[in-house]
Amino acid sequence: MRLLAEGLSARRGEDLIFNDISFALGAGEALVVTGPNGSGKSTLLRVLAGLLRAESGRLRIEGGPAEIAHPYELSHYLGHRNAMKQELTVRENLSFWQRFMGDSPGGSGIDVAAAAEAVGLAGITHLPFGYLSAGQQRRMAMAKLLAAYRPIWLLDEPTAALDAGADKLFAALVTAHLERGGILIAATHQPLGLGSTQSLQMKGFTH
Amino acid sequence: MSENSLAIRKFSDLANPTRFLALADRVLPWFAVATALLFAAGLWLSFTTEGDYQQGETVRIMYVHVPAAWLAMMCYTVMAISALGTLVWRHPLADVSAKAAAPIGACFTFLALVTGSLWGKPMWGAWWVWDARLTSVFVLFLMYLGLIALNRAMDDPARSARVSAVLVLVGFVNIPIIKFSVEWWNTLHQPASVLRLDGPTIDPEFLWPLFSMAVAFTLLFFTLHIAAMRNEIWRRRVTSLRRQAVRSAGREAQAL
Amino acid sequence: MIALFFRDLKLSVRAGGGTMIGVLFFMTVVAVVPFGVGPDLNLLSRIGPAMLWIGALLASLLGLDRLFQAEREDGSLDLLLMQETPLLMTVFVKCAAHWAATGLPLVIASPLLGLFMNMNELAIGATMLTLLAGTPAITFIGAVGAAVAVALPRGGLLVSILVLPLAIPVLIFGVSAVYAAIEDPAPFLPPFMILMAITLFFAVIGPVAAAAALRHSAD
Repeated sequence: MRLLAEGLSARRGEDLIFNDISFALGAGEALVVTGPNGSGKSTLLRVLAGLLRAESGRLRIEGGPAEIAHPYELSHYLGHRNAMKQELTVRENLSFWQRFMGDSPGGSGIDVAAAAEAVGLAGITHLPFGYLSAGQQRRMAMAKLLAAYRPIWLLDEPTAALDAGADKLFAALVTAHLERGGILIAATHQPLGLGSTQSLQMKGFTH
Repeated sequence: MSENSLAIRKFSDLANPTRFLALADRVLPWFAVATALLFAAGLWLSFTTEGDYQQGETVRIMYVHVPAAWLAMMCYTVMAISALGTLVWRHPLADVSAKAAAPIGACFTFLALVTGSLWGKPMWGAWWVWDARLTSVFVLFLMYLGLIALNRAMDDPARSARVSAVLVLVGFVNIPIIKFSVEWWNTLHQPASVLRLDGPTIDPEFLWPLFSMAVAFTLLFFTLHIAAMRNEIWRRRVTSLRRQAVRSAGREAQAL
Repeated sequence: MIALFFRDLKLSVRAGGGTMIGVLFFMTVVAVVPFGVGPDLNLLSRIGPAMLWIGALLASLLGLDRLFQAEREDGSLDLLLMQETPLLMTVFVKCAAHWAATGLPLVIASPLLGLFMNMNELAIGATMLTLLAGTPAITFIGAVGAAVAVALPRGGLLVSILVLPLAIPVLIFGVSAVYAAIEDPAPFLPPFMILMAITLFFAVIGPVAAAAALRHSAD
C-alpha cells in the first residue's frame, strides 16, 4: 500500500499556507514534517486527515482496500486536543472510540486494557479521564491509536506534553507500527527517536 | 511555631470526619431501630384512631402530610445552619452536612406535595391550587432541586460548598414565608393548628398519632442524614484515593 | 453507532449533564406562569397545554448549543468527521441521544406539570402524546443551528435565535392538536398527523443540513 500526495496546496481565508507539496510513502515508511511555527505543519496534517479541503492537488492510496473512498478513512488523526471526555472513565473513552471507529481492513486493534498497558498506564483505566495529568492524558490518547487499527497515523506534535521516559515509549510504539507495515506522518519540533525517515521541511509561504 | 499550628490544624481537619465516622457507626443502628419502632407505633395509631366525621378516611393522609411538611422545612433549616457553619466557622463537616441534607429534604418536600395533592383532590376538587402555602412549598422543592444540581455540577467540593452555602442562606427567606403564608394571606390551606401560642386547636385524638409520626419522621431524617454524611465523607475519601492512584501511576511509569 | 448513543447518554446523565437542568428549567418556567397570569384555575386549565408546550420548547433548546461545541472543544469532532460511517448518521444518532437524554424526561415530567395547571386527564394525555411526537422535531431543527454555530465562541444564544423561528410550526400544530383533542368539534388526527409529518421531515432534513454545516465549518 502506498500513500501518494501530488502538488497539494491549501489556503486559509485569503492566505496561501503552503504550495505544491508532494510525497510518496510506502508501507513501513515514516515522514517527519518539520518547520517553524506558522509554516503550515498542522494545516498539512488537517488536509491529509480530510478536515480541510486542499486548494489544489490530489491525495490517493495505491494498492489499498477497494472500498475506501478517501485515505482519511484509513487514518488515525491525533491533533493538539486529545478527543477524550473528562467526565468519562479512561476505559469508557477508549472502548467508545474502539467500537465507534472499528478496524480498517488488514488489521485489528488490541484490547483496551492492553492498549493502556502499552502506554505504561495500566491499572488506572477505571478512573475518570479528567483526573489524569496532561502527560498521562496525552499517553491515553495514544492508546487510542492502538485500540482501533488504522494503517496510517497522522500525528500533530505527538510528544509535546511528554517527559523523556514517555518519549522512548512513544518511539517504541511508532517503531512497532512501522514494522507491521504502517505509515506515519508526524509534525514535530523535537526529534522523535526514530530510525530512517523521510523528512519534509516546511518553509512557510511568503508572497 | 507556625509549622506546629499547621500540623495541629491539619490533624483536627482529619480527625473531625474520622471521629464523626466512628460516632456515626455507633449511633446509626440505635437511630434506625428507634425510627422503625416509632413508625410502627405511629402507623398503628394512625390507622386505629377514628376518622373525621367530615373528611372520613382521607384525614389519615394528615399523619404523613404534616410531618413531611415539617421535615421539609426543618431540613432546609439544618442546611441553612450548615451553610453558616461553612461560611462563618469553616467547620469541615458543615458542607458535608449541607450537601447530604439536600436530597433528603427534596424527598420530604416531594412527599408533602404528593400527599397534599392526594388530600386536596377530594377536599378542594383539584389536584393543585396556586395558593400561598402550596406555591411556597413548591418553590422550596425547586430550590432543593436547584441546589442538588449545583452540587453535582461542580467538581471541587470545597468551592461548590461555599457557593451553594450562599445560595442556601439567600433561599432561607422562603422558610418564614412558608410558615406564615397561611396567616399573611387568605388561602385555601388551613392555618396551623398544632404549633400555636395559645395551645393546639386540634382534637387530642388526632394529636397523638400525629405527634408520634412527627417524632418518627424526625428520627428518620436524622438517621438518613447521618448515613448520607457518612457516605459523602467516604465518597470524598475515595475521590482523593483515586487522585493519589493516578499520581502514583505516573511515578511508577517513570521509574520503569 | 450504538456506542455513540450510549456515550452521549452517559455524558448528559453524569455530573453537570443537561438532563436534570432541562427538567428543572421546564418546571420553573411552567411554575412561573401562574404568578404572571394569576391563580385562576379555569384560566390556567385553558392555557395549560400551550404553556407546557412553550416550556418544553424553551427547555429543549437549553442544552442544544453544546451538542457539537463540546465535541469540537476536546477534538472529538475531528475524529467523528473522519470516519467511514456517513456523517449524517452520526448526527442523527447524536440527535437521538440528545432527545432521549433531554426531550424524553420533559415528556415524562409533563403530566405532573399538567396537574399543576389544573388540566383534566384527557388534556394531560393529549399534551404528553403531542410532546412525544413533537419534541424530536425541535432537537433535529436545533441540530442545524448547533452545527452552524459550532465554531462561534458564544453560540448559545445565537442557536436559540436561529432555531426558534423554525420551531414555530411544531408549536402551532402541537398546541392545536391538544386543543382539538379537548374541544369536541375539531378533529384531533389532522393536526397530529401534520405534527408527525413535521417531525419525520426534520428527521431527514436536520441531519443532512447539520452534516453539511459541520463539514464546512471545519478549520
